[in-house]
Order: sequence, then structure tokens, then C-alpha cells
Amino acid sequence: MPASKPIQLILSRQLASCMATAIMLFDAQGNLVFYNEAAEPILNSRFDETGEIKVDDLLRVVTVADENRELLPPEARPGRVARLERRPITQTIWMSCNDGPWRRVQATAVPVIGEQDELHGVMQFFWEV
Amino acid sequence: MDVTLWGTRGSLATPGPETARYGGNTSCVAVRGREGGVLVLDAGTGIRRMAATIGASVRRVDVLLTHLHMDHIQGLGFFGPLYHPGLDVHIWGPASVQMSLQTRLMRYLSPPLFPVGLSEVPCRLTLHEVRETEVDIGEFRVAAARVCHPGPTVGYRITDSTDKVVTYLPDHEPALAPSAFPSLPREWTSGGVLAADSDLLIHDSQYTSQQYPNHVGWGHSSFAHVLDFASLVEAKHLVPFHHDPGHSDADLDRLLGEAIDVHDPAYRVTPGQEGMTFRIE
Repeated sequence: MPASKPIQLILSRQLASCMATAIMLFDAQGNLVFYNEAAEPILNSRFDETGEIKVDDLLRVVTVADENRELLPPEARPGRVARLERRPITQTIWMSCNDGPWRRVQATAVPVIGEQDELHGVMQFFWEV
Repeated sequence: MDVTLWGTRGSLATPGPETARYGGNTSCVAVRGREGGVLVLDAGTGIRRMAATIGASVRRVDVLLTHLHMDHIQGLGFFGPLYHPGLDVHIWGPASVQMSLQTRLMRYLSPPLFPVGLSEVPCRLTLHEVRETEVDIGEFRVAAARVCHPGPTVGYRITDSTDKVVTYLPDHEPALAPSAFPSLPREWTSGGVLAADSDLLIHDSQYTSQQYPNHVGWGHSSFAHVLDFASLVEAKHLVPFHHDPGHSDADLDRLLGEAIDVHDPAYRVTPGQEGMTFRIE
């Protein structure tokens, strides 16, 4: 039986599923465990078809560049900064996913930290600019 | 193990002739193991009568609090074992981000709300802040998981030495979502993995389907939700629990009966009544 998702991720998913803002939800290991309908154009894929996407597969299908179109290494991407440094971060980036078009987005990543100071994942918001 | 319901009412103690059968005391359940171990689940007003059944030979009692709303702790100050020198009493419950379990409990168990402070009770008292993990308590294995209910709240899964499982989710709103419930698998449902394949599931069932829309986010379930939740987790026996103070015995007979008829569940359902004992073997 799959392990339970933490309640913080369960409730985050429920929130994301009723938001018009594009939201991706990552677990503590960096796997993309959910993205809402508004995020599907950015990822150029549908959650119903992909399901969860492992962190290694994400690195393969998502390309991220800074505002000057310089490619960002994985450790400099907002989601990973939020997860590894346990802090929120806002950054304007360019993204291309699954060979889709480049999109300029404002990305805000917030670590999901539980009451006992445990990291459960990252909630990342995207706003096309 | 034997599981006895000492308080089945939610939110507020509701004594009176119209609630005499389902019971008016707030949440308290006793679990007794084959080797004599005693777990007390929540310390609502039902705990006072429960305490009188603890024999003189018992040297240790563990009280597992799901959360610290008043209907789950109001009986704690009247829990007899707290006043027995030489008895080991262990209280388990959730801390909050800013306050320890002791600090949170002492907001009630101290003047002016209560005359005796928690630090003054004569038993050997140990407090444990519950983590989302498994611990061995005597002959029981106890797993706790944070569940959907306002404030720090956990549910408990208790496994005895024969691998029989009782899951206790007295205050729980797994249906809090914009989507239809249940629509996601167990691992994406609050309490879903904790309660999986329970031999006995004691679960919140406070509202009718008509009442629930006016109480979304309050942390409780409708009769329909608990029946669907029990199906999702494949419980073998469901005990609807934490009855609304506004529901009389006659109301509960009718409302729960109608909900069970509509759902026609594949598992057994026994609406929780104060004084009931379930033998799980």
C-alpha cells in the first residue's frame, strides 16, 4: 500500500485543485506529486495523464532559465531552493516543458513545513508575466 | 482486545432522557488488551465513570488525546488515577507550534478554570508529545497521524498482539475538499492509510448531509461521509461516533438508519452507544 501523504500536502492539493492560479506541489524529495489544471499549460501536459513525476524525470523534461535566458542549474531553480534551504523564494524565470514553448513566469516557491518543523514539500505558484 | 465506549457525544455533554441510550458524555473510549493493558482514548466527560473500572492491580494507564478541544479533555481533572500516588499515568497528545503539550493542558488544568494544577497531581505523571510515528505502549502498537480537523489533531491506530486493529478518528473531516468525496485514493485522503483495513473503526459522524454544508471546515463528518470513508479504507466494522448534541436518540435511530439504508455498506455498522463493548478477536 502506498504511504500516506502528510496532511499538509493533502490539504495543499485540495487548495490547489480549486485555484485558478497555476500551482505545482512537490514532496520532500522533490517529486512533483500534483499540479492543478491551471499549471497544465506551463508543464505542457495533463496531470490525469502523467500522474506524479519523479524528480529525475522532471529534470529531463523541464528546462529553466533566468530572466536573461541563461540556463539555471537544478540547484538554483526556485522549487529546489525552497526545499533545500527551507525558505520562500520569488523569481522571474523562463520555462519550457516537454518541448513546449518558452514561457516567462513569476515563480513563488514556499516550503511546506509541519508543526514539528518537518519539511513535507514545496508549494510553487506560477504567474505568467 | 475489548473496546468500550464511555462517551460518544460530540462538542458538549448532553445528559437527559432524550439522549440516555446513545449517551450524553463526551468522547472517551477504553481499550483493554489480553494482558491487562489499558489505553484510554480521549478524556471527555465519559472518563470519570471509566476510571472507576480500573482495577487496583493496574500499575500504568495511558491516556491518548486526539486533540485538546474541551469536549476531549474536560474529564481529565476528574480522572481518578491522577490522584493515586504510585500509579503511572502517561498522557499522550499533540503539542502546537508555539506551546508544549504541558503548557496547552495547563491552560485548562490550572486556576481559574480548575482548582488543581497539573503539576500538583499525586500520581507519577508523564507527558508525551505525539509524533507521527509508531510507538509500543505495553502490549499495543500505536500509530498516530495528523488528520483534517482545526488545530493540532491526530487519529490513532491501535494494533494488539494478534494484529487486530482499532482505529479512532473521533473528530475528522476527510471530505473537506472542492471535489466529490471520496474521489482520491487512500494515500491522498486524510486518515486513509491510518484507518486502512481496520477491524473496528470508530469515526466522527456529527452531521446529516443537510447540516454539513453549513459546517464545512468545522472538522466533522456527515453520516454519508463516514460511510464512504469506511468503504474507502475497507473497514470491517464501523462505529459512528461523536454524535451532535442536537441529535436525540430518536433522531439518531432515524437518521443513521436512513443513511445506512441508502449506502447499504458491505461492512458491519453499529452506531456508537455509551456502554457498548466490542470484543475484537
